[in-house]
This record gives sequence, structure tokens and C-alpha cells, in this order.
Amino acid sequence: MTFLTALSIVALAVLFYNFSRIRAISAANGVQANLHSRPSYHGLYSFLWVFLVGVTALIIGSILTPHPMVLFGVVAGLSAAVGIWTTRGITAETRARNKAERIVTGILWACAGVAVLTTIGIILSLVFETYNFFESLGWRVDKFLFGTRWSPLSGLQDGVMDPDRVGILPLMVGTLMITAIAMIIAAPIGLLAAIYLSEFASQRVRGWVKPMLEVLAGIPTVVYGFFAAITVAPLLRETGDLFGLKIASESALAAGIVIGIMIIPSISSLADDVINSVPQSLRDGSLALGATKAETIRQVVIPAALPGIFSAMLLGVSRAIGETMIVVMAAGQGANLTANPFEAVTTITVQIVMLITGDTDASTAAGPAFSLAFTLFCVTLVLNIVAMRVVRKYREAYD
Amino acid sequence: MTNVKISNRHVDVYYGDNHAIKDVSIDILDKTVTAFIGPSGCGKSTFLRCLNRMNDTISSCRITGDILMDGEDIYAKSVDPVQLRARVGMVFQKPNPFPKSIYDNVAYGPKIHGLVDNKTDLDEVVELSLKRAAIWKEVKDRLNESGTSLSGGQQQRLCIARAIATAPEVLLMDEPASALDPIATAQIEELIDELRHQYSVVIVTHSMQQAARVSQKTAFFHMGDMVEYGDTTEIFTNPVDQRTQDYITGRFG
Repeated sequence: MTFLTALSIVALAVLFYNFSRIRAISAANGVQANLHSRPSYHGLYSFLWVFLVGVTALIIGSILTPHPMVLFGVVAGLSAAVGIWTTRGITAETRARNKAERIVTGILWACAGVAVLTTIGIILSLVFETYNFFESLGWRVDKFLFGTRWSPLSGLQDGVMDPDRVGILPLMVGTLMITAIAMIIAAPIGLLAAIYLSEFASQRVRGWVKPMLEVLAGIPTVVYGFFAAITVAPLLRETGDLFGLKIASESALAAGIVIGIMIIPSISSLADDVINSVPQSLRDGSLALGATKAETIRQVVIPAALPGIFSAMLLGVSRAIGETMIVVMAAGQGANLTANPFEAVTTITVQIVMLITGDTDASTAAGPAFSLAFTLFCVTLVLNIVAMRVVRKYREAYD
Repeated sequence: MTNVKISNRHVDVYYGDNHAIKDVSIDILDKTVTAFIGPSGCGKSTFLRCLNRMNDTISSCRITGDILMDGEDIYAKSVDPVQLRARVGMVFQKPNPFPKSIYDNVAYGPKIHGLVDNKTDLDEVVELSLKRAAIWKEVKDRLNESGTSLSGGQQQRLCIARAIATAPEVLLMDEPASALDPIATAQIEELIDELRHQYSVVIVTHSMQQAARVSQKTAFFHMGDMVEYGDTTEIFTNPVDQRTQDYITGRFG
């Protein structure tokens, strides 16, 4: 029945679209040039009103849950009434285009608003839950930020956690170590690949490497995860054995390497776009001064593209920090405070997964999980702000 | 007193299947301003770019014939285009300062070619180049500001300073004033007249008044052919070819 009601709204909207259009034409005595707005705008204006009123009525009606027939009657009646109202006042002078465009602008604004409101909602819930959790810890935020032991559920008493067991330092160190390893791999390879693609590759090579990179960037991280756990980790362990190094079967190194490989395509694809957007005139200018291609790239192209390259790198860092699946599979789950990349570590995101998917009561696990999420959010926010400032400071305007 | 700087014999240029320059032979004189005029797409810029081998950067471009600078074939295997371009400077249609400081823009060439060994000498070269390009007074107190912060006319003079700084023997200018207002254009033209005393200058231009004002020699290009070449006054007052006459009197172009 709801479906039928919705259908009737659309049908009425289309009906009034045509009705208004025809009325506008007749109001102009059939001569379009007499109209302020073209007939289709008169139609659009009616269509938008009927549709918006109908949909609003349907949503409100569905919440109030009256009898389906009543709902249908009210919604259809309201839509039709609005439709008649919009068609009645049509004259040749009606500024239908301006009115319709104002409604469309409003719709666009509302869509942008949804994105912003959702973000604000998420942030508020993070802040709220974090506040509650810190309160339950007796405001020992220092223990949360700098404590070296993370085992929140083991110290649970009557739903309250032991401040000594919620130290996120091991998770923070694990996260940063894996991110660092990933970037050590991805930053140079990604950048050099981008330089090859934009400065040296022929049109043909570029034509198939670039789309392939973009496909690679879309592979689900789960796939990389078991590649890390099943191929890379054993390989590292055996290689380590050869040199007498003890590398655990789950290690920060394995996860870091695979995350690095995962983000290479995103970095190189983005950096390639940026390098490509450096005007050819700058390259010509440098070459015409007798600079070699290498000198031109190093001293003119890269400096000009630097802000963009920087933001490509930061995108890589954000992805590495937020990566979960690969770490779960390849780096382990035990919170272990170590600076040794050959040992198992865990990250903030992994611990959020553990808390939420574990057996513990959701309301108990939510506290530390939200607090971790909030911490992560703060870290990435700071990164983004730094990135924006750097980009703005060094941005060069080309025309 | 006038001697040949660049001698071109039977030069043909192809872009893929497109025959852009057809059997052009022309002697570019030293310490002279030579203007290339002609309608759009006639090949004058293409020919200009042969003289410093900038066409080498376009992979579909093929050049035949002989281009000799001081009697030496610039397309010989033994000549590195990179070194050649230090001797044959170029200024482009649109000002293209690097996103570096004004100082670094000018110092770029001398640094790359190792023309100076210390900071003092480099400072001197930068100052001298900016002075010759008639922009020193305007920028001497802001050498650390970005070259892109200058106005269009200043940017173009900065680019000329940058080209002069590598101490070239020939200066190629591809419509250097077409993106500038009349005042900046007048400054550039005055500058070109100054530069003539030291360099051989070749300028491509769409403005016939400009060609008449700044050049001593003029070559008229039309559809890949070099139709006529001679003293500027002769070309403009007494052209031999019908096509030249039609062009300079504005009947086509």
C-alpha cells in the first residue's frame, strides 16, 4: 500500500507537470516568446511542489501509522491540492524558472546538509561515549593515553574497568609502527612510479598502467590480508631464520609491508595526476635553458607538484592508520608494547573490532571502543589539518 | 659587419604525416633582430623551435636538412641538445616563471651549467641579467618573492633575464609580447632592441607593426614555405611575392 501511495505521488507530480506546461502555453496564447519562463519550468515548478509535499506527507504519515487507506487518501489529496494551487496562478508573467531554481537549490543544500549532519552526529556520539567512559575511569585520562597495559575486559568489575588496564600506548605504538613501515615502502615506490608514469611512460603504456593501478586500488583489503598472513609472513619468518633473526609468524613487519603494497596504487595514481597537472610550459622553460630531463623533474616539476604530492602521501598515511583487516590477519591481536617490528603488535582499529565483535555486553565494550575511535579520529583530524595548511601555504596558482 | 650566425639549408619538418616546414633555407645573421611573420599555422614557431632543438621533445617530429650554427651542424650526433640550448636561449609566448623565488628563477641556468663557482659571482650574474632585462629596479628589493607573484609584463622580462643568464649567443622569442598589454609590450620591444647589440635575436610575431619596429630582417612564412626573406624595410615597402603583399596589406591572415 505504501508503494502504491508513493506511486500515486509520482503519477500526480507527472500529471501536474504536464498540466502546468499546457496551461503556461495557453496563458501565452501559444506564443512561447510571450512567457517569462519556458513552459517546462512551469511544469517543473508544479512537479517539485507536488512531489515534495507528497513525500513529506508520506513520511509523516508512515510515522503516525494510520489505516493504509486513510494514509493513501490524505497523501494523494494533499498532493493534488498543492498541484491545483500551483497551476491556478499561472500567467505569462509568472517567474516559474526562478521559483523552480530556488527549490532545486534548496534540495541541493539539503543533500549537502545530510553529509554534514551525519558527520556531526558521529562526532557527537564519539564525544559523548568517550566522556562517559572517562567518567567511569574517574577521569584518569593520563592512564588511558600513557598506560602501557591494554586489557580492558580482564579488569572488569561490575561493568567498571580498571584504569590500569586501559592504557592505549601499546596500540598507539603498534599503529604508528605499522604506518611507518607501510609509508617507508609506499612513499618512494609510489612517487617514483608516478614520476615514471607522468614523465617517461609513452601514451600507450600510460593508457593501460593507469587504469590497472586504479583497479588495484580497489581490491578489498581482506584479499591483501590473507596474502599477508599466508604468503608474506611465512616468507619473512623463513628469511629471518636464514640470517638468525627471530621473526614472529605474526609481525608488524608483515602487516606494514602488505599495507605499504596496498597503498602504492593510490599514492602513485594521485601523485601522477598532480605531476601531470604541472603546466608543460614550466618543463619547456626548463628544457629551453639547457636543463636535462632529470634536472627539470627534480628542480622544477617536483617542487611545483609538492603540495599535491604531500597530500597524496597523507592520504596514504590515513589509509595505513585506518587499515584493519590486514593487521588482524598479519600483525596479531595481543597488545604488546614493543619497538621491534619482528614481533606481533596490534593497532587501535583492530582493538575496536575485538571489543565490538567479542562476547562482552555491547554497552560495556562500547565505552573503550568509542574512546579508541575518538582518539583515532583526533589523530587523523590533526593530520588533515596539517595537510591542508601545508597545501595552502605552498599552493601555486597556475592559469 | 654582418655575418651569418645560423645557416639553414633545405630544412624540412614533419609532425607524423604532416609536412610542417617545406625546404626552408635561410641565413640568420649575428647581432641582428630577425622577425618571422605569417598567418597562424604557417610553421614559423615550428621553425623557431628547430633552432634550439626543442622539437626533439616531441616524439612524432622529424627534421631533415642542415642547420649550422657558426658552421657546426647542431643536429650532429656529437652535439648534445642540452648543451645547445644553453647557447640558444628561448622566451615563450606565455610567461612561464618557475614557482621559485625571482632570484632562483634567474640563477637556475647558471647553477645548472656551472657557470659560476661562488655566491658572489652568482649574485653578480643575477643582478646583471635582471638589469639587462630592464626589470632590476622593480625587483631588487624583493628577490626572494616568488616569480609568479609578478605582473604579466614583469614575468616576461623575468623570463628574458632567465634566458640571458646562461649567456646564450642566440635568443629565440616566440611571440614574447602577445600576452601583454601595450605598455609592457613597448618595454619588451625596447629591450629587444637593446639585446641586439649582444645577441642574434629571432622573434616570431603576429603583429606586423612589431616586426617593422624591432627587426632588421624579416622572413614571411606561409603554409610551411618561407616565401620571402629580406631587409625588413624592403619586405614591408616593396614585397616581391604576391602572398607577402596580400599578408602585409591585411588581405588575408
